[in-house]
This record gives sequence, C-alpha cells and structure tokens, in this order.
Amino acid sequence: MEKERHVLVVFPHPDDEAFGVSGTIASYTQNGTPVTYACLTLGEMGRNMGNPPFATRESLSHIRKKELQDAANILGITDLRMLGYRDKTVEFENEEVLASHMSAIIKDVNPSLVITFYPGYSVHPDHDACGAAVIRAVKEMPAENRPKVHCVAFSHNCEEEIGQADIVNHVAAYANQKLAAIKAHVSQTQLMVSQTAINLENQDPEVIARFHYERFWTYPF
Amino acid sequence: MEQVIIEQVQKEIDRLAKKDVYIHLETTNGAYASHFDKSFFSSGAYIRNALLQYEHGKITGKGPYRVGLKMNFGWVYAEGITHFEIDEKGRLLLAGHDFEGKLAVALQLSETPF
Repeated sequence: MEKERHVLVVFPHPDDEAFGVSGTIASYTQNGTPVTYACLTLGEMGRNMGNPPFATRESLSHIRKKELQDAANILGITDLRMLGYRDKTVEFENEEVLASHMSAIIKDVNPSLVITFYPGYSVHPDHDACGAAVIRAVKEMPAENRPKVHCVAFSHNCEEEIGQADIVNHVAAYANQKLAAIKAHVSQTQLMVSQTAINLENQDPEVIARFHYERFWTYPF
Repeated sequence: MEQVIIEQVQKEIDRLAKKDVYIHLETTNGAYASHFDKSFFSSGAYIRNALLQYEHGKITGKGPYRVGLKMNFGWVYAEGITHFEIDEKGRLLLAGHDFEGKLAVALQLSETPF
C-alpha cells in the first residue's frame, strides 16, 4: 500500500466501514497515517431489532452511535465525524448542497486518499448518493489538487461494467481488528458474526479470500 | 419493547385522541432485499412527524395486531403490530417485528415532534 498523508473515509452508515474497508483503515492507522471517518447518518432506519427487541425506532440511533464510536476506537480512528443526515434520505438531499458539504470536509482534512462508495455500483441508494457527492466534490477541484479516490463497489453488474478492482489490499494481519470492528456494530451484525468467525476458523477459502483481501476501484476522473 | 398488551395500547390510543399528535409511520423490507433475491419486489413507505388529529383509534386482531386511526377526512392504518412501548417521553411506540426480529412496520404517536 502506498504511503498516504491522510486518509478520508466517507460512508453513509455506521458499519459501512466494517465489512470491506476496516482492514485497510487499520493498516493505515497502525502505520501512523491519520484516518478521518465522515459518517453521514446514524443508521436510524436499521431493521435488526433483536428477538426479543433490544431497540425501538427512536432508541436505535443512540445505540448505533455508540457502536460507531466503539468501532472507530478499535480501528484507531481519532477523527470521527457524524454528519447528521438521516438514514435512507441521502438520495433525496439537494445534490449541490451535499457535494459542497463534502468539499468543505475535503478542504479541512486535506487527504491524499479518499475512500467512498462507487456511485451507481453500490446497491443501497444512500451508498450511491454518498459516493456521487464525494465524486462531485473532488471533480470540482483543480486536477492537480485532487486526492486519489478509491471506491467500494459490490453490485451484481459492477465487474461487468467497471472491470476488476485495481487495488487489492491484503489485510490478513489486521483480521482480529476487522472482526472486532464488525462485532462492535452488534445491533446490525450479531446474526452473521458468529457464522463468519466459524467460517474463518474452518479456513473456508471463499470466506478467507473475502475477509483477508479488500478491493477498491480507483475512480477515473 | 414488550409484546402488545391490547388494553394498555388501547388506553394510550384513547388518551391521544382529539389532540394534535405527531405521527411516525413506516413500512420497509430493507434496502438489500432485491440485491439478495432478484425476484423480490422491494417497496416501503415512510412518513415522520406528520401532524394530525384523529377522532378515535382502535387496536384490533388476535396478534399480530392492526391499528387504525379515524380522522375527520381520512385514515391512518398499520398492520402487523407485535410490540409496544411507552417511552420515557410518554410517546406511544408501536412496532411489528418479523420472525427474524427485523422491524417490518412502525407506527408511533407523540404530542411533541420525534
């Protein structure tokens, strides 16, 4: 992995960072590169409520905020920014206003690398809208000042349309931190965490490959 | 939240009748439903802090329950309610959780905005 000055991660939901990016984040923070995580919402509309339920629609945001802070601590993120948008509404925000919010954060953080979702290839409307706002903000910068942008994509058609990921980070050394970050989002991940841990223990090759390698597409400006 | 106690929920619905109340109503099947199952038709609806008055309301059914609120010129309705809570702010929170514990429907009433 290239040495970065500062990495800015922008995702819309608590736990978006955990699955496909937390190993990469941990590798940066452990090597002394500061990482800022800007999280647009608190996942207020999450549906996992447990059985019996541990949360209400009104208490869930408090729970997920705490989980986000815990995950950030586990990953060594010292600059966590909660931007105050509401889950499932990001795509309905004014695109220009949202992009200028992203511009302000980029200007403030001055990252050499931004990690976000690939607009159009990230399944959840909030993901696509978040990625689009970041791309728009970076596009508006003079070419020579732009940070690199690495995008996460996972829609069914992504490889067919944008090709193979050009950045593949081997993050096996940070697997424990990654699993701990996923576990920190207990309200969303408790159902799948135990199975993931079992699969990792059993050396399931597909699970190992997915867990130990994190894939990104460099956004072509 | 606890499982619906019909008498208690009815009492709260009656208490809030003919008053200005803020409504949160949503139904959802999750943003990934169509990603994991292409044959699944994804739909949902959400309204938060609609201010209205209802003349009377009723919780009915054998569980999961249905709740209907009759307004001067219309209705508010939710189906699949399984759980309730009167939270620390005195708000009536009704929710329907599916067999995996996922929120499928929510209807909430409050005298102050959510």
